[in-house]
Amino acid sequence: MGILEVKDVNKRFGGLQALGDVNLSVRENTVHAIIGPNGAGKSTLLNCLVGKLIPDTGSVMFDGQSVLGRKPYEINQMGISRVFQTPEIFADLSVFENMMIPLFAKRDGSFRLHAFEGVGSERGLTQEAEAMLDEVNMLEKRDFHAGALSRGDKRRLEMAMCLIQRPRLLLLDEPTAGMARADTNNTIDLLKTIKAKRDITMCIIEHDMHVVFSLADRITVLAQGTPLVEDTPENIKGHPKVKEAYLGEAA
Amino acid sequence: MLGLGRKDFGLLVIVALLTLLAPFILNPFPSDSSLAQFNAGYPDLMQRFVIFGIFAIGFNILFGLTGYLSFGHAAFLGVGSYAAVWMFKLLTMNVIPAIILSVLIAGVFSLLIGYISLRRSGIYFSILTLAFAQMSFALAYSVLTPITNGETGLQIALDDPRILGVSQTADGSIPVTHLFGLEMRATEVVNMGPWQFQFSAGYYLCALLMLIAFYLAIRIFRSPFGMMLRAVKSNQQRLYYTGLNARPYTLAAFVISGMYAGLAGGLLAAMDPLAGAERMQWTASGEVVLMTILGGAGTLIGPVLGAGFIKYFENIFSKINDNVLHGWFAFLPDGIEDALVAVVHPFIGKGWHLTLGLLFVAVVIFLPGGLVEGGQRIARLFRRKPAPDTERAHQHTPAE
Amino acid sequence: MDAIILQTLNGLDKGSAYALIALGLTLIFGTLGVVNFAHGALFMIGAFCAVTLQRLLSASYTTLDETRTDFLGNPAKIETPYVEAWFGPDVGAGIIEWSVPLAILFSIPVMMLIGFAMERGLIKHFYKRPHADQILVTFGLAIVLQEIIKYFYGANPIPTPAPDALTGSFDFGALLGMDPNVIIYPYWRLVYFAFAALVIGAVFAFLQFTTFGMVVRAGMADRETVGLLGINIDKRFTIMFGLAACVAGLAGVMYAPINSPNYHMGMDFLVLSFVVVVVGGMGSLPGAVLAGFLLGILESFASMTQVINLIPGINQIIIYVVAIIVLLTRPRGLMGRKGVMEE
Repeated sequence: MGILEVKDVNKRFGGLQALGDVNLSVRENTVHAIIGPNGAGKSTLLNCLVGKLIPDTGSVMFDGQSVLGRKPYEINQMGISRVFQTPEIFADLSVFENMMIPLFAKRDGSFRLHAFEGVGSERGLTQEAEAMLDEVNMLEKRDFHAGALSRGDKRRLEMAMCLIQRPRLLLLDEPTAGMARADTNNTIDLLKTIKAKRDITMCIIEHDMHVVFSLADRITVLAQGTPLVEDTPENIKGHPKVKEAYLGEAA
Repeated sequence: MLGLGRKDFGLLVIVALLTLLAPFILNPFPSDSSLAQFNAGYPDLMQRFVIFGIFAIGFNILFGLTGYLSFGHAAFLGVGSYAAVWMFKLLTMNVIPAIILSVLIAGVFSLLIGYISLRRSGIYFSILTLAFAQMSFALAYSVLTPITNGETGLQIALDDPRILGVSQTADGSIPVTHLFGLEMRATEVVNMGPWQFQFSAGYYLCALLMLIAFYLAIRIFRSPFGMMLRAVKSNQQRLYYTGLNARPYTLAAFVISGMYAGLAGGLLAAMDPLAGAERMQWTASGEVVLMTILGGAGTLIGPVLGAGFIKYFENIFSKINDNVLHGWFAFLPDGIEDALVAVVHPFIGKGWHLTLGLLFVAVVIFLPGGLVEGGQRIARLFRRKPAPDTERAHQHTPAE
Repeated sequence: MDAIILQTLNGLDKGSAYALIALGLTLIFGTLGVVNFAHGALFMIGAFCAVTLQRLLSASYTTLDETRTDFLGNPAKIETPYVEAWFGPDVGAGIIEWSVPLAILFSIPVMMLIGFAMERGLIKHFYKRPHADQILVTFGLAIVLQEIIKYFYGANPIPTPAPDALTGSFDFGALLGMDPNVIIYPYWRLVYFAFAALVIGAVFAFLQFTTFGMVVRAGMADRETVGLLGINIDKRFTIMFGLAACVAGLAGVMYAPINSPNYHMGMDFLVLSFVVVVVGGMGSLPGAVLAGFLLGILESFASMTQVINLIPGINQIIIYVVAIIVLLTRPRGLMGRKGVMEE
């Protein structure tokens, strides 16, 4: 029984079958990658997991509870955090404030009228935020304007914001999309260190095989909305079906 | 101090000094000098400075922090005024119950309107609030006449019950608003040489409440709640995926700013016990938008400056006439004098709104941060020390 | 039955004005992506075009008539409009009388110019800025335009009559074979409706059948792609702004006899027109027209005595109530496209 169980999920957009009978089981404390050519339904699947889309049929269970019909913030409160393809941060706020918001969300729930004490007066949370910034090597940029950070720093900040909530499942939507090779390698290293330091389950949607094979414990290959195979990276590498699915792409 | 950082506390002290010493500061010209018309230190005007200051501070909590542009906030001000006048009619001429009721009623009213309007964002939100305010205005003018007294406006009368007070004074006139016996219209006039200063009880009550309102606004700005509101403006998507529900935050901000507007409305009635529907019209809502933008939306001091600026120039500009202009330009040759007067004429007196509109357009185009940004730019020019610039540049171009 | 026809007819003139203003607002919003709070001011300026032309045509010179004296014993002054001197008294008087319809010709170039100037001078700098900024700057501009008109024309409404031939009423019921005097309808309102229908038809035909219109419609659907095709969309959008200004102006010109123009009439119509646009669906031209007529007629029905007795004050708020219901249940509006200005 995995921490995330996707059963028989179907999703149609008009005449297009975006997802057809998707079954997926992500085991706790592993890195699970979902790969597939463009239009395979990777993003649709991800959006079904976080509450942005609701599947037509099927079930999505997280830790024994259904996530279907819940709002994105409720799903986050259950312990799922998400990293976007292009980093989504609070660009008008400082790096430190970007870190404090998930901390407050974790402690106080989806809403609390906490309107009288200063943000900085929360000693415990402040230290926690600074420790996390230190871990991703951004402590010296604590008071920077988040919108002015480089793309790589934005990516690291977003991951730090997700991690500080101690999610049980971290979803990453093409975390290295559009990055140069050096940045991609930095991101891989960062994810490896993050993983080594804590018990966390990661589910990565990725295009780049290099990233997938460096990180994943298990891989699901998605093609035309349906999972083709699920196996370890070693077995996936030479799998004929995978080659077939990617041939069109390579050509 | 008072739970504020040093800078914020300094700001509060400055604002406190300015408001408490306003009767001196605003009357810099001897009362018999030709410049006396630029004095603004009379109670009526000073009261409006601080009352509209409260209104704008509250509006800024919504617009400045969350970016939700409400075009219907005057409705809450109007509701507050009506509530206060009814308190004067039914209960007592003491202003305390009236002010409390006006804040509460405006709070309930804004909860209702906010709950519906905030289901949409962006321009839809603006239009919804505008529609609600216009609807309230239309109703106040027509069907709700038993409550609002329609076009005439709600006033206090000799035959009002006033359970805890008197319907009429011993000499048969309408009683005046007071704070435990201290009449709001009571004014102490102090003559110092050629200068005349007026100290009004009503003004100091309003000023005190504005300082409290300002203090609370600072606390809100610096609180986790204020930070969440700025996060709403910055990136709602990220907020949702961080486990936070934006709607209760925006609704709370909407209600708080509605209560500020109610307080302002209640105070207007407390200073002059009447309430009319025109206070709810959308031009009145537009005015508070102007004040906030002009001063600097999202800054602490901006709305106060904007309110003071607009109310001051509204009074002073509209009093300048051609004779005054001729007086100013008298040193010039006649032809040039007349030409100058003719050029300036459309912008003064009744033309004040033209000046205001142009100023507003200019601010939105060139100075989106309002007067506060203008002040900062000037300060930077004079400092000559480019320290803040390099600091900024450094922050904005971090090593890749 | 006759009550229904009467109220529908009564709703047509206001509905036409709403539809015309909303059409212009939607053209601007759909093409330029700008929320124009100054659009009501353009409607108002149109009405003042009619006033201006009437004054220009009535410009006269004074002659003294020695044969007659006024009550002070001075020679009587006779004012003769120049047009009467030039074209003869009959034709001249006719021209003055028909100044409102003539103002249509006068207002088209004027409104075009104002539209171009607005777009090039101000609006163009706000394409990339947030909607809130656009609202604010056009709101400021509306105040400025309004105050300029007030400065030149004063604050009081200026009666601007329609030609005598079109001022009366006629028995619409009798035309339909009903009892006489059941439905009496003023000619000018019918003229206004016909005119509005003509303008709306012309705008749609222009967008539908010309290459220019095709490009603009493509730009409304997907601005970036059209830009990528190497078509200079900006220039066309400037022209669209001028056209929208024209539509608003024409609506104003012809409305002058219905409601004597005053400087704040634009603001009054603007708020309602925005509501109309929202009900019709942001960015949908047919939606704007449909909602304009629908709300105009609805407003007219709500002002029936029977309805008011049932729900007091409903005539004042019906449009807002409809807008609120529509926005909450169908945020796209009646005919709005998916994805336009949604969250």
